[in-house]
Amino acid sequence: MTTTTQATVKPGSTAKATMSSFVTRHATWLPTFAAIAILVVLLVGAQVRFGNFLTPGNMSALLLDNAAVIVLAVGMTFVILTAGIDLSVGSVMAFTGIFGAKLMSDGVPTAVAIPVMFACGAAIGLLIGVLVQYFNVQPFIASLAGLFLGRGLAFVVSLNQINVKNKEIGWLQSTRIGFGNWYITPTGIIAILVVVIGALVLQYTRFGRTIYAVGGSESSARLMGLQVSRTKILAYVISGFCGGLAGLLLTAYSGSSAYPRSGIGTELDVIAAVVIGGTLLTGGRGYVLGSLIGVLVLGCINTIITFMGAEQSWNRIIVGVLLLLFIVLQRAIVSRSSRTG
Amino acid sequence: MTGHNGPMDNVRPLVELSRATVRFGTLLALDGVDFRMYPGEVHSLMGENGAGKSTLIRAITGVISLTEGTLALGGERMHFTSPQDAQRAGISTVYQEINLLPNMSVAENIRLGREPRRWGVIDGAKMRQEAKDVLDELGLDIDPASLLGSHSVAVQQLVAIARAISVDVRVLVLDEPTSSLDLVEVGELFRVIRELKEGGVAILFVSHFLDQVYEICDRITVLRDGALVGEYFPTDLLRIELVQKMLGRDAPEFAERGRLESAEVRENAFLSGRGLTSAAGIIDADVDLAEGEVLGVAGLLGSGRTALARAVTGVDGLAAGQVQIEGRPVRLNSPRKAMDLGVAYSSENRRAEGVLGDMSVLDNITLALQAQRGAFRRIKPARQRELAASWADALGIKPTDLDRPVRTLSGGNQQKVMLARLLALAPRVLVLDEPTRGIDVGAKVEIQNLVSDLATNGLSVVFISAELEEVLRVSDRVAILRDARIVETVTSGTLTVESVLALVAHPASSEA
Repeated sequence: MTTTTQATVKPGSTAKATMSSFVTRHATWLPTFAAIAILVVLLVGAQVRFGNFLTPGNMSALLLDNAAVIVLAVGMTFVILTAGIDLSVGSVMAFTGIFGAKLMSDGVPTAVAIPVMFACGAAIGLLIGVLVQYFNVQPFIASLAGLFLGRGLAFVVSLNQINVKNKEIGWLQSTRIGFGNWYITPTGIIAILVVVIGALVLQYTRFGRTIYAVGGSESSARLMGLQVSRTKILAYVISGFCGGLAGLLLTAYSGSSAYPRSGIGTELDVIAAVVIGGTLLTGGRGYVLGSLIGVLVLGCINTIITFMGAEQSWNRIIVGVLLLLFIVLQRAIVSRSSRTG
Repeated sequence: MTGHNGPMDNVRPLVELSRATVRFGTLLALDGVDFRMYPGEVHSLMGENGAGKSTLIRAITGVISLTEGTLALGGERMHFTSPQDAQRAGISTVYQEINLLPNMSVAENIRLGREPRRWGVIDGAKMRQEAKDVLDELGLDIDPASLLGSHSVAVQQLVAIARAISVDVRVLVLDEPTSSLDLVEVGELFRVIRELKEGGVAILFVSHFLDQVYEICDRITVLRDGALVGEYFPTDLLRIELVQKMLGRDAPEFAERGRLESAEVRENAFLSGRGLTSAAGIIDADVDLAEGEVLGVAGLLGSGRTALARAVTGVDGLAAGQVQIEGRPVRLNSPRKAMDLGVAYSSENRRAEGVLGDMSVLDNITLALQAQRGAFRRIKPARQRELAASWADALGIKPTDLDRPVRTLSGGNQQKVMLARLLALAPRVLVLDEPTRGIDVGAKVEIQNLVSDLATNGLSVVFISAELEEVLRVSDRVAILRDARIVETVTSGTLTVESVLALVAHPASSEA
């Protein structure tokens, strides 16, 4: 394998060298580009088929209907980039949602209840992170425990729906900031902000780059003197925090109501979205932007099926096929780059 | 202070280990060693595998802590609990196995953890510029923004060195830094080492290449079985003496044997290839290999050495060309098929493509044989043990405990385990890609002797190595590769290292 890439050592740049340098620079973006391409194909295809798909209203709804999932996907991206997994996000969202709703309906001020929700999510994340890092528990198992814990706690808080009367929560969803027929609610703005902050943190901070380093090779990262333990735990804390934020967004989205049964299976949608968005389950490669695209691809498929009036079960099948395709694509890219490496 | 030639009473040692002892369980890895390094010197640590070199290095670099004894840096007592501690104290390390991040850019691999930041945000442009500056210093012209994983092992090794020297380094530890570098790259590295030395850095240089040790080092510390043998000046120590001190006995002699003549080979080729071409980087290669012949392969890094090996062993598919075994055309489309036809391959990448570190010596030896027989013709455990024991004995694998995980063995012994596994299959052709890389002098000669013995017993061997001396010593004939082509196949008796170098480097040398 040492024999194949002499071209990179020798000077002398040709058009081919420029091209290959472009590919080596951006190879990790390829799966994300593929996700963007699929989203475009879906949108254009649906527009051609239905004629009234690419409307500002429909597109705005695509973002807003998926705001909570987008937030979860950002947190999940951090975890998966470290080569971990967080199965707890759906039930953390349910627990923080219902707990927050309970607090607010018991008269706790909104300004206190919301931070408590975030803190609860982050605390479950911290627990998972500590289990993974210091007790050497497999992320799958540790976060499965987190899943059961979150769901259990949600039912402890309430077996039934809780309605919230605080007007701040209603404001999150009912305020519409419009540009022509485009509109966005505070929940949508929050989701976009989370994506932007997530992307900036991952690309431009030492913590973010350490996340990639840990996913690339944990032992190398350690020998390079990077803060491996702290970074890994923090990734789970961020995912838990995003769970808490998603709990808030979901409560607002559901008309200021929280349900202990919400978000069952959401963790799987989130993982699917992250993978479709081009993040490698083995860690070290992927982008938050890709995860946003992944959520939108899933949301788009959902909307198309609604438009077709088809059975919603087709949704699952299509998502399954897409997931498979993307994993095959990733394997192809990884085996290609490891062959040249 | 610069340019002094050893311990001087008026210069304080920069690194000082006193009575350093490290125990792993009952194993005494380092036994009361005193070790000193002075600013502005290149110090070599020599010893066989298992002599305690790695342990000493890891004690200095904070990976492990001393069980007993003390470590002082610039006269100050140190208690490193992590590599970070050592790095903060100015100790930079390049480990033998490249410990970098293939999924990140070259620039990040060089600067991560010390990257330039503005308001907490990484300054990417400045980071790439800093990386570029260090790379330039090493004479390496690659794009700092490119992914590390897209580069060859040699480039990655240089990047690891670039990372180590990109900080204000007081002590630079280089553990086998040259194992996959070619001559030009080694030259660049030595130039940089000399510059750092001028600047007062203490450099610990560990290498199995005696030539390099004698070229660059000011002092040599020899370890054996975890204990200090002594500290010497290269000028006072003949190579043969050094080897004796490392081994604690006389160096094993390489056993010469009768060489085959070219004409014989053509007549009786067991395996022959015509026009072999593969995408991995070998073009139109003709190979003949007679029974009992050792065919050496010499060439610079990237000349197609490994690609040739992989082409004749079915690892890489052929884009063109034909392999014949005993005159019959065969299609080698997988290593398994090649093995069924008696062609066995030992990869240059021992860790990734060779031994299974966590499995026992026994399992590693019997693995391929069992795989060849299939799951339904299980080798009885008693028979397995017998088989493994006989190979371990024949090859001199140490320690003799067959149940030890292979990763706990030294590099040389791991290589022997890999050979034992292949030999258990009773192959007709053995293709060895860098079988002696990263193993000590004694083990090297043992492996060379083994190859010789095997050939004498009728096995055909393809022997690939970056060390020309060894290729010439072992081989009957040498195939010389340049830019993915075999330029010549010559009887090794007529060659010298210099004449091979001239052939190997011919047009490329001016370019570098």
